[in-house]
Amino acid sequence: MSEAVSESPRGTQPESSDRRSFLAGLLAAGSAAVGALLAVPLLRFTLHPVLARTTEKSWSDVGNVDEFQNLEAPVKKLVTIEQRDGWRKTITEKPVYVSKDAKGELIVLSAVCTHLGCTVPWVEQEKKFICPCHLGTFSPDGRLLAGPPPRDMDRLETMIEDGVLKTQYQFFRQLTRNKEELA
Amino acid sequence: MAADSIHDDRSGFRQWLDRRTGLDSLLHHALDEPIPGGAKIAYVFGSGLLFLFLSQVITGVFLAMYYVPSADHAHTTVAYITKEVTGGSFLRGIHGYGSSAIIIVLLLHLTQTFLYGSYKGRRELVWLAGCVLLALMLGMAFTGYLLPWDQKAYFATTVGTNILSEVPWVGNALKKLLRGGTEMGTLTLSRFFVLHVFLIPAFIFAFVAMHVYSFRRAGAAGPVTEDPASPKLRAEPFYPKQLVMDMGFAVLIIVALGFLAYFWPTELGPKADPADTQFLPRPEWYYVPVFQYLKYWHGSTAVLGILVIPGILGLLLVGLPFLDRSMERRPWKRPISVGLFTIILLGLGALGFTNHREDMRNPGVAAQLKIQHEDTLQFMKAKFEPELSGGSLVAQNMALANPEATKGKAIFEREACNACHGDNGIGTAAAPKLIGVGSKYNATNLEALLHIPTQKMRQGGMPPVELKEDEMKVLISYLQSLK
Repeated sequence: MSEAVSESPRGTQPESSDRRSFLAGLLAAGSAAVGALLAVPLLRFTLHPVLARTTEKSWSDVGNVDEFQNLEAPVKKLVTIEQRDGWRKTITEKPVYVSKDAKGELIVLSAVCTHLGCTVPWVEQEKKFICPCHLGTFSPDGRLLAGPPPRDMDRLETMIEDGVLKTQYQFFRQLTRNKEELA
Repeated sequence: MAADSIHDDRSGFRQWLDRRTGLDSLLHHALDEPIPGGAKIAYVFGSGLLFLFLSQVITGVFLAMYYVPSADHAHTTVAYITKEVTGGSFLRGIHGYGSSAIIIVLLLHLTQTFLYGSYKGRRELVWLAGCVLLALMLGMAFTGYLLPWDQKAYFATTVGTNILSEVPWVGNALKKLLRGGTEMGTLTLSRFFVLHVFLIPAFIFAFVAMHVYSFRRAGAAGPVTEDPASPKLRAEPFYPKQLVMDMGFAVLIIVALGFLAYFWPTELGPKADPADTQFLPRPEWYYVPVFQYLKYWHGSTAVLGILVIPGILGLLLVGLPFLDRSMERRPWKRPISVGLFTIILLGLGALGFTNHREDMRNPGVAAQLKIQHEDTLQFMKAKFEPELSGGSLVAQNMALANPEATKGKAIFEREACNACHGDNGIGTAAAPKLIGVGSKYNATNLEALLHIPTQKMRQGGMPPVELKEDEMKVLISYLQSLK
């Protein structure tokens, strides 16, 4: 910048070149300071949704462990989940089934069919989960028995806290052989 | 171009670029602006304003990334910016304090130009463009103030727009036009947003261009002893000394704004509640003198106070370079204009001070203002509460206040309707949502469709529903509750 105006226009006082380059340096430093003071917060502001952990998975209560102790068949429970989308949230209820695995441990199954996403009902007469859409059939612990679904029913993560069974409700990709979490 | 012959030692790229853009000569033209009598601190205000305006544009554009101009969401999104977004409170602070800074620097710029008589000597257009810019900036401050949609924004703007109805004949029409209706509402917010973000800034860009262009054509006026039309003092180029001073001022401004924004974040009060009858509106400090002034005029004299007197003062201001034709610039030789200017400035200050004193002396007012301030502080401290979206459970539960609908929900689930239509009828890939179905079909139609689904429904997998009469009735009342 300083070379660009080393010639003074007519009728103006010439400046020594040392002084000019010092001032040019001062200007550069000033611009950098002003630029940084604005640019850094602007960048952090813009990157907020990328860097901040706003979509943390949360634990929803399923029910007291006691009520599942003598479980004969899977029971349907509605868990309340809160989904955050920036400044808004959606509270919805999602159906899950509480059941027991082969070892007798409590498990929580997503009621979403792994085939095309219909909600799978428990059919007491047949002692099976039978999806009404395309007749995918699952065992009480969610294993695929028959029909078009590509995999077992999806198990949700669980934990027990103060005698309350909790689960982390999640969505999984349909039609895939392996369970793939959706954001 | 002169620049080409002087600088043959420029780098290849620089020459390439200059031949295509003329950048060097443009830079020369910008930086070599002659300043009669040399650089002075007194001349920094104009470029300070330009800097502040650009800072407002930049921070404003970024704030718009999270802001939603609707009465439903505006307040939530501003709260989100302030409380959640990284650096949000800081940027909003820079923007908020920036608006106050613009008013201050505008006053300084105006005062300097006035006292130095820098509007004299073929500078009418510079002055006129400047006056338009002053009005546009006040418009920016007025429209921007409403956007957070908190209590003070809402009520201050209600008062501000009410003033328009004092305009004879067309007052109410004007007010309606600005508000987008008789009352303040979401249309008002949209209008203010468009004015604040698109229209007024576009005009500001245009008038800044006019202001700077006509200023450069006339040339810098120099000190008060200089002849404004044909300068005699030895000139110094703008670069580097004046530019360094201007830059120093810009650094000072941004550091001050950053300091204020960091330690005293711009406030956001509770969401606007039009039903609140207690709230005492107080405008932002720069409108307080006007606010106080308007208190003295009511009834038949209102037109005089609200239109005639400000109109005359405005015309005096705008017409200044046409009315004051003498080439005398020294303020002590211009007692009438300088005296009038000083009286107006002092008057505005006195009005502001009177308002403050009246507020503090009236115990009821002081107490209410204190409550409002505490409400604001409390809201600022509270954790951000995200807005509940339309399809949320709470809304569904409200619908279920109807006991018939609750029974219907059980049947909906027993019959596995939710398997395809989703829980609470939100829809799945297999079948459409049922929310809002009650507004499309009445009970009789719904029942008919359930008994005998249409061909299209059957193709999609919808079976005929056979239920006892009372069960069908509650199922339909559940379907109608889905909104």
